[in-house]
Amino acid sequence: MLQNKSFVRKTRQGKVVKVVREHYLRDDIYCGAPSCQVCDTKDARLSSSIPSVLVLDTNVVLNQIDLLENPAINNVVVLSVVLDEAKNKNLSVYNRLRALCSNSLRNFFVFSNEYHKDTYVKAMVGESPNDRNDRAIRVATQWYQNHLGSRVQVLLITNDRENKRKATEEGISAETVESFVKSLGQPELLDLLVRPQSDDVHMVDSEDLRPSKRKVIYTEHKPMSEITAGLHSRIYHQGKLRVNRYNPFEAYVGSESIGDEIIIYGRPNMNRAFDGDIVAVELLPQEQWQEEKSLLLADEEDEPEDDVHLVPASADDAPRVANPVEGSDGTMKSVASRPAGRVVGVIKRNWHSYCGSLEPMPMPAGNAGIAHALFVSKDNRIPKIRIQTRQLENLMDKRIIVAVDSWDCSSRYPSGHYVRTIGQIGDRDTESEVVLIENDIDARPFSSQVLACLPPIPWSVSPEDLSNPIRQDLRHIRVFSVDPPGCRDIDDALHCTAFPNGNFEVGVHIADVTNFVHSGTPLDEEATQRGTSVYLVERRIDMLPKPLTEDICSLRADVERLAFSVIWEMTPEAEIISTRFTKSIIKSCAALSYVEAQARMDDRRMVDPLTADLRNMNSLAKIMRQRRIERGALTLASAEVKFQIDTETHDPLDIGMYQIREANQMVEEFMLAANISVAEKILKHFPVCSLLRRHPSPTKEMLEPLLRTAGAVGLSLDVSSSKALADSLDHAVGDDPYFNKLIRILATRCMSQAVYFCSGDLSPPEFFHYGLAALLYTHFTSPIRRYADVVVHRLLAASLGIYKLPNIFQDRPQLTSIADNLNYRHRNAQMASRASVELHTIIYFRTRPTDTQARIVKLRSNGFIVFVPKYGIEGPVYLTARGEKGGGEWSVDEQQQKIKKMDGSVCYSVLDTVNIHMEVVEPQPNRPKLQLTLV
Amino acid sequence: MEFVSPEGLRLDGRRPMEMRQLRAKIGAVDKAHGSAYFEMGNTKVIAAVYGPREVQNRSQQLNDQALVRCEYTMANFSTGDRRRKPKGDRRSTEISLVIRQTMEACIMTHLMPRSQIDIFVQVLQADGGTRSACINAATLALADAGIPMHDLVTSCSAGYLNSTPLLDLNYVEDSAGGPDVTVGILPKSTKVTLLQMDSKLPMDIFENVMQLATEGCKAVANYIREVLLEKTKERQKFHGV
Repeated sequence: MLQNKSFVRKTRQGKVVKVVREHYLRDDIYCGAPSCQVCDTKDARLSSSIPSVLVLDTNVVLNQIDLLENPAINNVVVLSVVLDEAKNKNLSVYNRLRALCSNSLRNFFVFSNEYHKDTYVKAMVGESPNDRNDRAIRVATQWYQNHLGSRVQVLLITNDRENKRKATEEGISAETVESFVKSLGQPELLDLLVRPQSDDVHMVDSEDLRPSKRKVIYTEHKPMSEITAGLHSRIYHQGKLRVNRYNPFEAYVGSESIGDEIIIYGRPNMNRAFDGDIVAVELLPQEQWQEEKSLLLADEEDEPEDDVHLVPASADDAPRVANPVEGSDGTMKSVASRPAGRVVGVIKRNWHSYCGSLEPMPMPAGNAGIAHALFVSKDNRIPKIRIQTRQLENLMDKRIIVAVDSWDCSSRYPSGHYVRTIGQIGDRDTESEVVLIENDIDARPFSSQVLACLPPIPWSVSPEDLSNPIRQDLRHIRVFSVDPPGCRDIDDALHCTAFPNGNFEVGVHIADVTNFVHSGTPLDEEATQRGTSVYLVERRIDMLPKPLTEDICSLRADVERLAFSVIWEMTPEAEIISTRFTKSIIKSCAALSYVEAQARMDDRRMVDPLTADLRNMNSLAKIMRQRRIERGALTLASAEVKFQIDTETHDPLDIGMYQIREANQMVEEFMLAANISVAEKILKHFPVCSLLRRHPSPTKEMLEPLLRTAGAVGLSLDVSSSKALADSLDHAVGDDPYFNKLIRILATRCMSQAVYFCSGDLSPPEFFHYGLAALLYTHFTSPIRRYADVVVHRLLAASLGIYKLPNIFQDRPQLTSIADNLNYRHRNAQMASRASVELHTIIYFRTRPTDTQARIVKLRSNGFIVFVPKYGIEGPVYLTARGEKGGGEWSVDEQQQKIKKMDGSVCYSVLDTVNIHMEVVEPQPNRPKLQLTLV
Repeated sequence: MEFVSPEGLRLDGRRPMEMRQLRAKIGAVDKAHGSAYFEMGNTKVIAAVYGPREVQNRSQQLNDQALVRCEYTMANFSTGDRRRKPKGDRRSTEISLVIRQTMEACIMTHLMPRSQIDIFVQVLQADGGTRSACINAATLALADAGIPMHDLVTSCSAGYLNSTPLLDLNYVEDSAGGPDVTVGILPKSTKVTLLQMDSKLPMDIFENVMQLATEGCKAVANYIREVLLEKTKERQKFHGV
């Protein structure tokens, strides 16, 4: 069974080392055809009904993965040599191919040709690895043809001309992708094809081949060897390119080698790099740092598009530090402090597929149905993409997905190909799906394997649960929950009992999700991937299947439910005397909404025990809150809005700010306390593998815009610590009641976001949560909608000795990757919620043009950015028409933060109140946007 | 890193429960009383046994049993980068000790009081699992030297990567930093004479991995018995019995 053949490989690890590895060739690797007489057909994946088998070449896999994902391509043999090559060249293609191979609906079979005794190919002397791999593919194809006999046609798909020629010589039937797809007779598949590079297959259209017509727009990328050498000698700097969300012609490269961000102005300097690419950057000479910027302002033919959007919730969403505003006389008033640079090469591409629509254009006449169109991504950081399509009139009013293939230095825009259509532009469902796709949110229904992990419905507490010694029976205690109205996934409940000695027993009961979601099950894996539930305006995308979310785990009123409880004994001064944690069984007596709870507390006539509990808790919570604020916790404000949705049409009926009541703060306070108690407990038991949450302190630069704005209205803020900032925010009271909140909103957007991390990855001082002024913090209280809480539940159960710690906690890199994924998902969920609100704002204002008050938050050279408190949105108001460059009519005073008309008749300064008119306009068909104008 | 592909093949083409190719030869150093050459895949070791003979250092002499000494060395050329291997460094001292203790457990030392048995093992080529290979080679060499033993001692390692127990780790798998269990047993009684582990494993998985390593030891024992039998037959022929 074992045949030994060791071979020699050379690798380079700084120096040349000869590596010898064994390579066992086997006779137990099967062909995967179910009709095969010789092979074991247990794991056969190929279909018996289709008489042809496709073998793919690596270049086909790497370039045409979108085509392969189309169900029209079926019965495919994927060779392990192809998989290995794909893995080395493009990991995301590899992952997509692997997903195809494991998809039970598709007939993709992986044939380990490298380990098969008959298909292993030893490199010949002087043969390049590429030629050797091509030969291996041909040998495997030949083997398949011989093995399966004449009943089955084995077809090699390759776009490599040389490979195709050799294959035909050896008697293997081979075709290019184009001719194969044409033979399928489905013309729409041709759109999915990536147009081949001219050196592989003859270009059909000759327009690009006339060299005289070609104009080089971008400088050529430097070869990799030169880049590596340049990085070594510190001429070039490596980093990830981030395009400014608010100005796609400006990008940043965070470079470790110079310890600062390098700014890159304009597309020519970005040199075809996309957002997220790893690039090599060359610094420009210092005297050009300013020059480049002014060039940009004058040069660019498309102006940066400013849209009305939601108020950013943190520094990560907010526009980057604003450009110093240009004076009317054209001179720069501030000196550039940041280095500017230009991209000389792309080390790693971050190309994926993008959502958007085609740029409106006249229908071309004739041309055999093939049309060239420009695709505009929804994400304005992405440049327009040139695509070729045969269904232009079809796609014109659709949201489509397009993938990028290449970007030649003679082309202004990258070229790509159409992947699929989502739906009609402007349609709410389509636009919602766009939001989901853009934020990489999986909204597919749960698979049958996942659903199989659920307990049978109807579920109720079983006698085994009751008799389980680890579970304490707390059904006799008066437990209740307080949530937003209409909440179905209730994951927390509270109780508060007065002791005769004046102390209180306060309990926080959290749904015992880990009793149903066991580590390692498909359900758990799905939840790990999703990471969090996503709340859109009109729908919720659950992390766990509905029966768990809304019934089995939800701590609804008057039913017995399993819970994980944190129980404190507290003095009336809210000092915690003791803390204990236990799994429990509870029976909630009331599921209150915030409004109801508030009404009960406020109504002096109500004296029932539940209301008494609420009042006790509220007084405790107020003390705890006060103490927390004294410690330096920030009370930040956000401008959350709430829609009232028509139940039938799902159109928004009303929009307003989300109101925060005392009851909200009361529940929040106890949740914070529970999270902190749990964080302390798990960290004590598992110092290196706890999942915690930290909030880094904002840096000076991040607070800079806040200080500038505050300074303009004569307010000085002390930002030396969170305590100092909290105090100075408290003292920031202006002449109108909204002033303080406005300052707090501005402060909030200067903060970075809190993140999950694995306690072994950082040192204890870094665990600090700045916003809450807590040394330790974690998430424990919402396991139904956040996976982090599920992880923490497992840690807590293990620290109590109730359950074993699952194996993944042994594996720190994996734990870190889980934390990273949670951060990524969490952030995407927030972005999706915001995008959904923005979408509904447009739908709302489409039929309701409104006049309202707004506050100026930032000045621009041609207008200012206003914040509309009532609707929680922010957008530009132009004083001069777009396109006219300032016109010299308005001048900006950077120091005073004022914008003045030249004749001095009108003057606006930051934080002023202005009246504006809000209206949805359609500058281009099917592209509605909200426009703000001064009344 | 992916150590086991979804098709169930390891990096070198083995399946998780498969060992590398074993090869053994008895008699590699004529001068020694017993010697053997042992290969587990690309791990190649040579063992030589001297004794029982007079104790060289009288102060170490034991009056009720034989003194067993062991020296483990790695040849300078045994790894890719040619570096001078210091004699008596921590690692080789530890492995020497491990091999000595393992072998002592099976040698009937009480039959040879006031004498000394020297076991020299040298790694010619290292590709993971050197200590297992050395123990196997030493067993063969001791048998070749005709030293009375309760049973053969055989050894094999197993690891746990990509949530799969893997038998007989090679260098690439070994340096992944996962758990690595080395087991040595007396195959007839399945008594454990050596058990070492790097890194951590939960108890139930550890038992599975150890079970796998034990199975590996038994397979090695079968192979070693075959080799010994063959050698004996050869000698039989030679002596004309």
